[in-house]
Amino acid sequence: MNNLLFDFTVDKSTRTVTVVREFNAELPLVWDAFTKKEILDQWWAPKPWMSKTKFMDFRVGGRRFYAMVGPEGQEGWQIQDYTSISPKTNFKFLSVFADKDENPHLPGSSWDLNFSEQNGITKVSITIYNDSLERMERMIEMGFKEGFTMTLNELETLLKK
Amino acid sequence: MRRDIFQAVADPTRRAIMVLIALQAMTPNAIAENFNTTRQAVSKHLRILTECELVKQEQKGREIYYSLEIDKMKEIDKWIEQFRKIWETRFNQLDKLLSTIKKNKK
Repeated sequence: MNNLLFDFTVDKSTRTVTVVREFNAELPLVWDAFTKKEILDQWWAPKPWMSKTKFMDFRVGGRRFYAMVGPEGQEGWQIQDYTSISPKTNFKFLSVFADKDENPHLPGSSWDLNFSEQNGITKVSITIYNDSLERMERMIEMGFKEGFTMTLNELETLLKK
Repeated sequence: MRRDIFQAVADPTRRAIMVLIALQAMTPNAIAENFNTTRQAVSKHLRILTECELVKQEQKGREIYYSLEIDKMKEIDKWIEQFRKIWETRFNQLDKLLSTIKKNKK
């Protein structure tokens, strides 16, 4: 383990999830990792899940349409619509679950990502605000499914040793 | 048939019912008024939630009031822990990727 900050909080009353993490890299690189699909798809999904971006148009009014693909091929499609971009400082998007034909399942959640660097360490603060408690629970439920297969996979790796 | 909390919250109507009765105990009729569905459908959802021990019933006069079983909801906190793990794994993957990219640049 390293000494990089990792903070995760869920506030059910305000339906907000906050994630703060430091990275041992300079800001422009971390910014690219969050805003370029080629890099994003390599880390966004927790293994054994895969992130598959169908298209990503990173500009205000643009959209990322992607799927989280599970180990058995199950797909969870999501849409992110960019609402604000301040290069290398902040970007915001609205996220909704969708079907494979890009039909959104409302309500969604608003994401606010802030980037700052100090002495070569870049801090990313993510605030996810959910329109409804139901949406937040669904998001957490999806996370549970991904986490569960992830855990099973880890167990399998461990048993093979 | 064994039921669990995950089945219970897999349905959007049941989640909505849980949100409603989290604020105050309600009768099935009062709950049904909030949905475009029949009283029978609401009763079925309440039965499933009861079997999962997510709601408790209380008889007041001729009415039965349903309220949320808060302790049971704590199981959901376990999901939150899973969700936190997702972010941890995701970021560990990004750590590796960033160091690979940095090495390649040199």
